[in-house]
Amino acid sequence: MINVGDVIAERIFWIDRDLLKSYADASGDQNPIHQDEAFAKSVGLPDVIAHGMLTMALAGKFVSDWAGGPAAVKEFSARFVKPVIVPANAKVDLTIAATVAEVDGANIRLNLTATSAGVKVLGMTKALVVKS
Amino acid sequence: MLNPDSVGRTFHSAKSFPVTAADIVDFAGVLGETDLSVAPPTFSIRISLDQFHEVLTDPQVGLDWSRLVHGDQKFEIFRPLVAGDLIACSSTIENYKVVAGNEILTVRSDLRAGDELVASSWSTLVVRA
Repeated sequence: MINVGDVIAERIFWIDRDLLKSYADASGDQNPIHQDEAFAKSVGLPDVIAHGMLTMALAGKFVSDWAGGPAAVKEFSARFVKPVIVPANAKVDLTIAATVAEVDGANIRLNLTATSAGVKVLGMTKALVVKS
Repeated sequence: MLNPDSVGRTFHSAKSFPVTAADIVDFAGVLGETDLSVAPPTFSIRISLDQFHEVLTDPQVGLDWSRLVHGDQKFEIFRPLVAGDLIACSSTIENYKVVAGNEILTVRSDLRAGDELVASSWSTLVVRA
């Protein structure tokens, strides 16, 4: 039985430069701010940053796993509030958790949180799933 | 700056995007997703971002891609994309405003397989001052 207010336990995804390269190739987003440290710094960023859509995709994996697979996700939204900063030769955390916001039969709305190094990186993150 | 005539316009992709099993394997692999029967829920951004790059940076439209930041993103998925889909994307600039010199636009993308609307997405794009 799933109830409003239920908490889905947090899970950590680890992000490193290799993952950014893999996501760039898989998504077609080859913006150099996600791969080239010198370029990222030249445009005023502290270091290479992860694609916002990679952090959202990983949050989507969290949702899919809970709901029963990638086909279960019907709506999904997020705001990119702060970048995930990815230094060379390091793994940084993306920590995702969720609470149940609405239950209507198998249709369940979730509110998610996403932080990296303790900083909120996604805001207004919501999903509608049909849970199997 | 964006050409004000572009607001409200709908841009259709010149060609359709074939979704292959290899595309799904690559995208799912990054996420550690092992269910490869459908594309992950955010996969369609690959198609819509391609189109943004192609049509919105046209000088007639005037988006400056080099200063672009992704503000927020929403998906409505009527059915997941699957290998073998041939997806046509049409994008509409639904909203545009300038705040403190930053251009903020909301672009809606409708993804269709033939006549079937499979997903709609909304991307808020910010061109930094």
